[in-house]
Amino acid sequence: MTEAVATAQKREYWRWREYDWRDESLDWKRAGGISVGIDVGSVSSQAVVMCDGKLFAYSSLRTGSNSKTSAQRALEVALQETGMPREKVNYLVATGYGRVNIPFAQKAITEIACHARGANFIYGPTVKTVLDMGGQDCKAIRCDGRGKVTNFLMNDKCAAGTGRGMEVMAELLQIPIEDVGPASLSLPEEPPPVSSTCVVFAKSEALGLLRQNWSKEKVLGSFCLAMAHRTVELLSRVGVEKDFAITGGISKNIGIVKRIETKLGVEALKPSIDPQIAGALGAALFAKALYEKELSGNAKTGS
Amino acid sequence: MLANYGYKDGSGEYFIAIDTDKCNGCGACVKACPADVFEITADPFDPLAEKQVAVIKEDHRKKIKYSCALCKPTGERPPLPCTAACEPQAIAHSW
Ligand code: SF4
Ligand code: SF4
Repeated sequence: MTEAVATAQKREYWRWREYDWRDESLDWKRAGGISVGIDVGSVSSQAVVMCDGKLFAYSSLRTGSNSKTSAQRALEVALQETGMPREKVNYLVATGYGRVNIPFAQKAITEIACHARGANFIYGPTVKTVLDMGGQDCKAIRCDGRGKVTNFLMNDKCAAGTGRGMEVMAELLQIPIEDVGPASLSLPEEPPPVSSTCVVFAKSEALGLLRQNWSKEKVLGSFCLAMAHRTVELLSRVGVEKDFAITGGISKNIGIVKRIETKLGVEALKPSIDPQIAGALGAALFAKALYEKELSGNAKTGS
Repeated sequence: MLANYGYKDGSGEYFIAIDTDKCNGCGACVKACPADVFEITADPFDPLAEKQVAVIKEDHRKKIKYSCALCKPTGERPPLPCTAACEPQAIAHSW
């Protein structure tokens, strides 16, 4: 009986852990302004709650089939245990792939602007180049010391080797997604990169390599190397000025990060705050600025 | 800000870069472009600026090479309507 249950609940290797965090020492009731940013990506959704520009709570969950409910859930999870009702939020900005389908957001802002702004908060004003590696695309962003975008580029063409690609690989090779990065580095020497980073082609290529008796680790290494290669190509067009930082889910995959660093000859900054929330964090910072603007506008018109 | 729209693929790099510091939102490119790839909106990458600038429409970003094919015959190439129309020279093509 137990065995039957175990087979029914087949292990899902791609499935990463959802999480949430809050600063219990912060008393939101004393905050003058509460701003929220929600990033609904193709793979994951984050909500960030800030009190007077200080990080108060966040969540990171899987995106469901509906942007609106994914956003709602992310905010609910971020606010749980804080005792803060949703009505207390003064301004809410949505970003990410699903941003236009979130009716309770006052404004929708592109991920590029939000990631630059969020990276500036996480890493400080020395960050000049941000690489956002998301679920379904990858963006190379240059910004100034205030987190304002100065130059950017997005791989608009295909959903090549990104978060989704990693999930496919983890499932195919039956390696839990958190272990993909370390496993890909556990090789005596670098394998040649797979020729394709397109999710569909890379999958069949990986199967071919396994048939040629390549180890799972070698296949992963080869896949990570190809992804790093493509990303560095993308970066070269905007140029890499130090300091350099990586945001988005893939920033936690050491197998990719290490290989990008090696190719660039530049080390990525180590984050003090979870870099996967950079987009939502930037959105919350814009929400704060927009709320303040609204207040001063009202003050001027006397309404 | 330099906004690069387009992509790179096996055959080359296809980007249109719009320099939003130079662009004044006049809309001349919108009128000049036969493929209707431009639109004038609030700058999506600088949400606090409240400035109107030219952007490449979303649905053209993934196929810009083909959108622009008419203006870019092989062999001798006439000046591009968009860059010719843009007085502050805010538009640059990578191919
Ligand atoms: S090259 Fe032609 S089609 Fe392309 S953007 Fe310029 S005017 Fe439009
Ligand atoms: S013609 Fe040039 S300045 Fe005018 S909107 Fe187009 S890009 Fe901007």
